[in-house]
Amino acid sequence: MHLGLDEPVRECQYNPICTRNSSSMETSGHKKKRTPRRKWQIFPGRNRFYCNGRVMMARQTGVFYLTLILIMVTSGLFFAFDCPFLASNLTPAIPVIGGVLFVFVLGMLFRASFSDPGVLPRATPDEAADLERQIDASNGPSGPGYRPPPRIREVVINGQTVKLKYCFTCKIFRPPRASHCSLCDNCVERFDHHCPWVGNCVGKRNYRFFYLFILSLSFLTVFIFAFVITHVILRSNRTGFLSALKDSPVLVCFFSVWSIMGLSGFHTYLISSNQTTNEDIKGSWSTKRAKDNYNPYSYGNILTNCCAALCGPLPPSLIDRRGYIQPDTPQPVSHSNGSCMYNSTQLQSHMCDQEHCIQSTKFVLQAAATPLLHSDPVMMGGEGPTLPGKSSLGGPCASLTPSQPSLPSSMPGLGCAGDMLTLRDPDTHCHHHHFVSPEETPSPGPMPLTLPCPAHMTHGGHMNPAQLYDPASQDSLHEDSVRGLVKLSSV
Amino acid sequence: MAETHSLQDMRQQAAIAAKVFIQRDYTNGTVCQFQTKFPSELETRIDKQQFEETVRTLNNLYAEAEKLGGSSYLEGCLACLTAYTIFLCMETHYEKVLKKIAKFIQEQNDKIYAPRGLLLTDPIERGLRVVEVTIFEDRSLGR
Repeated sequence: MHLGLDEPVRECQYNPICTRNSSSMETSGHKKKRTPRRKWQIFPGRNRFYCNGRVMMARQTGVFYLTLILIMVTSGLFFAFDCPFLASNLTPAIPVIGGVLFVFVLGMLFRASFSDPGVLPRATPDEAADLERQIDASNGPSGPGYRPPPRIREVVINGQTVKLKYCFTCKIFRPPRASHCSLCDNCVERFDHHCPWVGNCVGKRNYRFFYLFILSLSFLTVFIFAFVITHVILRSNRTGFLSALKDSPVLVCFFSVWSIMGLSGFHTYLISSNQTTNEDIKGSWSTKRAKDNYNPYSYGNILTNCCAALCGPLPPSLIDRRGYIQPDTPQPVSHSNGSCMYNSTQLQSHMCDQEHCIQSTKFVLQAAATPLLHSDPVMMGGEGPTLPGKSSLGGPCASLTPSQPSLPSSMPGLGCAGDMLTLRDPDTHCHHHHFVSPEETPSPGPMPLTLPCPAHMTHGGHMNPAQLYDPASQDSLHEDSVRGLVKLSSV
Repeated sequence: MAETHSLQDMRQQAAIAAKVFIQRDYTNGTVCQFQTKFPSELETRIDKQQFEETVRTLNNLYAEAEKLGGSSYLEGCLACLTAYTIFLCMETHYEKVLKKIAKFIQEQNDKIYAPRGLLLTDPIERGLRVVEVTIFEDRSLGR
């Protein structure tokens, strides 16, 4: 489809259009021809990638930096002001042990924050179509006003009936213990919770790092607290001098000790009973639900459960973020058109149309929604109990709270400082929007509009990747509000 | 044999007639196991016993990868003590078994499935969700 060569001037003018419609090139091919792209660049979830795909975090990382600063400042103050005294008067082993603990804490924090929590890749178009066919076959023909029942498969695991839910975003039946994180927009295996303090989901692959982080952090805070008190006492014996500067690490440590130790205790209980935070909060295996309810995943004794969680084999990442995109590989789409699409040009152009439609809808709804918006969607403060002394290091994990006001009895004295994510419907996704409709299983009808817009943008191919992976918080806020409003309108 | 195509040739030349997906079997919990039920679409192409044997071997290999035992605990403890830096130099046990699985699938494809116009895709490429069996068009040249 090339223009004649006898009119070079006009050819230059038409070239851009010509290139796009050319059937000899794939639409995304004109970018691939320059540099081979890696898979993380077209990853459909809402994650941020750094160091060319080696580091993977959630989109909101502000609280992670806060965690880092708190740990470093507290430890820094300790090493600067207390250690010289203690090393000379007691033993030099104190700063050494403190140093080792500090390095270990940071190591575990980085490992928990930067690694893939166990994200399940989305279904390829063929798989999605195959599943749809199976579901349609089992459901039978639906009447005009009939809404198909939620897509659920039941499986018996070790004598317990477990329901596997169908994930509309990822187009898969979620494995047992997996859950879809709405913040990261991914299904995560053995989903524990999304932790803003760590800036990532906590799942199968990074749960042990998260646990070791909070355990070592509790040792570190107790260590610092104890030796700061020792320092103050020893000093006041000699000089009676208590400066305000000495007080500050004491106060910070005091509050953080209780919350972090509480959290470590809670997770120790979870590990020994082989449960996830998600399951514990929902009471999935509690005997209150049914007399013969028990945890089918538990190995029976505490030692085996602990060993399995902490020393078991580390599964590799399933998403291969640093791999190169193969032109013939079917890329997963965030929605299914009910048919297999092998031709990627068709796919790309179809998605471009969809994207334009969604963009224009988005702008219209944005204009309507703007007066309704608040400042920050994550910090939904006031929706859960807050600890006094909010400036503490405490509560590195914001666990999910149920819509019931009381905390589960298995969390004695635990409070996560302020940043609780409310759970709208205990059985399904975790949401942080308070204006999302209670219906968690959207009907297939308005599906194209209720899709996460960033997923579309990643497949559009002609969006600037830098823009994609570093969106302004306002932009994400608008997307969230649009999604919420569209879901409301679809009820 | 003249009729036997290499896998590359088959991928490039043959048209895909259908794809069959072998789903995961969760009756033993979250360990990676695939259903051994023989799909009806493959009835004309391959022997049921052969296929079930392939899937059973795959299941055994995955079970070996995720096995909890002395060696995996040792590896876990050692890794923890070195703050997980030893994985910069050596592979995890799981990764070693995944390589074995990749080799096994390659072998099976070369010996058994490609001559019958079928292709197994390594489950790791599909996020350990399914075993994808691609059925190529029946050339029916001298078969």
